Amino acid sequence: MEILLAVTIGLLYAAGIFLILRRSMVRLIIGLILLGNGANLLIFLLGRISKGKPPIIPEDSKVFTDLYADPIPQALILTAIVISFGLQAYAIILVKRAYRVTKTDDLEEMITTDEL
Amino acid sequence: MQLSGLIITLIFTFISLFILALALPSARVNSRRSALSFLVPFSAFCVFAFATPSTEQVISLWESNSLPFNISFKYDGLAKLFSLLITGIGTLIFLYASAYMKNTKYTQRLLSFLLLFMGAMLGVVLSDNLLVLFLFWELTSISSFFLIGFKNEDDASQKSALQALSITGLGGLAMLGGFILIGEMAQTYSISQMLSHTDLILEHPWFVPALLLILLGAFTKSAQFPFHFWLPGAMKAPTPVSAYLHSATMVKAGVYLLARLNPIFSQSELWFILLTSFGGLTMLYAAFQSLYKTDMKAILAYTTVSALGVMVFLIGMGGEQAIVAVSLFILVHALYKAAFFMLAGTIDHETGTRDIRKLSGLGKSLPILFGIGMLAAWSNGGIPPSIGFVGKDLIYESTLNFQKFSYAPYILTAISWLTNSMLFAAGLLVGYLPFRKSSAPSHPDVHKPSLMLWLPPALLATMGIVFGVFPILVEGSIVNPVATAIAGVSIKTHLVLWHGFNTVLYISLATLSAGLILYLFFQKKTPNWVTVAEKYGPRQALHGIANSFISFSAWFTKTMQNGKLRLYLLVILSVLGSLLGYVVLRETTFVIDPQKLSEITIYEGITVGILITSIFLTLFSGSRLAAVAAMGVVGYTLCIIFVFYSAPDLAMTQFTIDTLTVILFVLVLYRLPRFIRLDFSPRHILDGVVAIGIGALMSIISLEVLHRSPVREISDFYAMNSYLLAKGKNVVNVILVDFRGADTLIEIVVLSIAAIGVYSLLKLRLRKNEKME
Repeated sequence: MEILLAVTIGLLYAAGIFLILRRSMVRLIIGLILLGNGANLLIFLLGRISKGKPPIIPEDSKVFTDLYADPIPQALILTAIVISFGLQAYAIILVKRAYRVTKTDDLEEMITTDEL
Repeated sequence: MQLSGLIITLIFTFISLFILALALPSARVNSRRSALSFLVPFSAFCVFAFATPSTEQVISLWESNSLPFNISFKYDGLAKLFSLLITGIGTLIFLYASAYMKNTKYTQRLLSFLLLFMGAMLGVVLSDNLLVLFLFWELTSISSFFLIGFKNEDDASQKSALQALSITGLGGLAMLGGFILIGEMAQTYSISQMLSHTDLILEHPWFVPALLLILLGAFTKSAQFPFHFWLPGAMKAPTPVSAYLHSATMVKAGVYLLARLNPIFSQSELWFILLTSFGGLTMLYAAFQSLYKTDMKAILAYTTVSALGVMVFLIGMGGEQAIVAVSLFILVHALYKAAFFMLAGTIDHETGTRDIRKLSGLGKSLPILFGIGMLAAWSNGGIPPSIGFVGKDLIYESTLNFQKFSYAPYILTAISWLTNSMLFAAGLLVGYLPFRKSSAPSHPDVHKPSLMLWLPPALLATMGIVFGVFPILVEGSIVNPVATAIAGVSIKTHLVLWHGFNTVLYISLATLSAGLILYLFFQKKTPNWVTVAEKYGPRQALHGIANSFISFSAWFTKTMQNGKLRLYLLVILSVLGSLLGYVVLRETTFVIDPQKLSEITIYEGITVGILITSIFLTLFSGSRLAAVAAMGVVGYTLCIIFVFYSAPDLAMTQFTIDTLTVILFVLVLYRLPRFIRLDFSPRHILDGVVAIGIGALMSIISLEVLHRSPVREISDFYAMNSYLLAKGKNVVNVILVDFRGADTLIEIVVLSIAAIGVYSLLKLRLRKNEKME
């Protein structure tokens, strides 16, 4: 399973990079989102995966008695998801705004700041 | 004089020089009053004149325990000679400049830069610490830059100033490198302490690079061939500046440095070879060039370069006689050359030209200047009873007695003889030719110069004769201490004017007659090849390098900074990918242990299958909506994967956020244009290769990390203490809101900022000029 996930990570990265290299700004944002997903999955996988052992202490005890999934990658990814949402929302609105001003979403045409 | 008195004078001089330099331009005083600030260099001159130099004593002002940066001064013979030149000639130049610049704008600015320079130059010659010396050295270059470019509206002045700064600045940089090397070799930056570690330096493997770097600094500053061309260019400065900086003091800083370091380096064969060859070449070449110049200042500039060559040559030769000769020659040259320069300035001031072809018969209208010119030419030519005669005798004596290699006396004497003859002829061109009797004087009714325009050069020129008649005046007070400092061993010599009829005298006579012949056959037409040599020399190379650097930068900016985001990204990603790839592929073991891996169940397989399919859909869909929807599916399948592998919190967050993103996207999507349909191009292949390369790397990295055993210390700490310390059972939540609560707070701030940004972008009304209707 890990091999499959590793391949998926590679695919997410490759797709993300390919998309941010495109001329369309919409694709750029989709690429960024895919890259973010890839990074999250990477961190998750590196924390090792285990089934049915969430990092939650059982009701009747004060410490873990059984094995448990690594909580740190989860905390990191949780933060990352939320932060990347901020980034994505801002980027999406910015694209919309930029399009209204420049009438293009082609990055090749937006090469100077002065020629508005 | 007591040492403490000297310290007080030093501090006082530095502070008042720099304060005056700062205050003068803004002060509301007329130039005559500001000329009174000559009192500062003059009083310093008096103190320096009466202070007894000491080779051992180091005056330490400030010492640092951690930095190699002790501010300490040394007042030995060499420092004394230069201090006297700087303050003495400085005082005269100050008086002269106030008269010379009387009716020009910014006189105060000029005087203030002169003061700044004076302070910096004193720092150079008095510092005992190499790094402090370097600081002052650069300060002289900078003040020289401002003084050369004094006529700041003149294009040629600007160019010359930049040229001088770039040459001396480059040399300075090299020199700093040399200083650091030598400082590390000797484990000290104090010059006087280095003298006792000479063997450490000489035997060190860094010795040759250090020597070369330091020589580069000294040669550029003292305008040695092939770096000499900045000095004639520097003649764009007002004449008092040329007289002071570019003949009497600053350009001798390089010579000073060589003299100062001579005790360390003189045992090296390389030192001898480089100094004599560069010095010899410079003195011959520049003296020859000077004969073909018609501007008085240009002639003087080239003879100055030549004289600097003589000094370097003599230091390189070494030996007692050469050292004594150079000690005296520095003084002799400063006296007559400053007089010459001021003379040229005064003639220019009164007649409006410095071209010797346009000047004739001035002897009748300007008799005082004629007298000064003759006296200076006298000393320059080494005609008895001037001090120049004593100096020239010493030079010939040292070359004649030089026995380092066969034929050395003949070769070295011949070079010196040629140079001196040409210098003598050049001196006559400046000091005699404009005044020569003429049937049609060029300026018969010329205005007589005011007192301050002729008294300073007259004083200097007269001193040349007085010292010649009474060499005892400079023997004990200057020449012996200077020679001692340069040689590093005690030298006691006796200067005499008349040696009787010997070989030296005959060579001197031969010099004079050769000079006279050169002068008489002097042609005002310059042969083509003489100018070509100057034009296509190193100056051209420097300009070529500078220009090609500019065009390279223009090309580079245009190509790399072309505003196309994709190119930047591609470059960054390729560099990142190749660096990462290099490290990863070198370290990776490529071992996959099946034991450690979990099996693939059907539901897992299907989920990942959906995930991969939707990635491809996102990639290749031609419709925006389909791409966004596929992207949403990627998010949801990730969400399911989080559920599978014990991360319920992640799954919830991912689900919420993914939904929000897709909704937001779809909301704005209908306002955006459709995807641009482009044909398949090589660019796609390139991007694809980079993308797949980095993607593959990430896969390899994750597999490699999985192969190694995990580190779970921190995780265990949180897991152990989650309930005990923070009273929470969901460890992930406890980490976020308790252990790392501050981070989460900052994250909320970031989100709020993003929200404010989104809100204001949505509400922002376009100004008229932004609506491209």
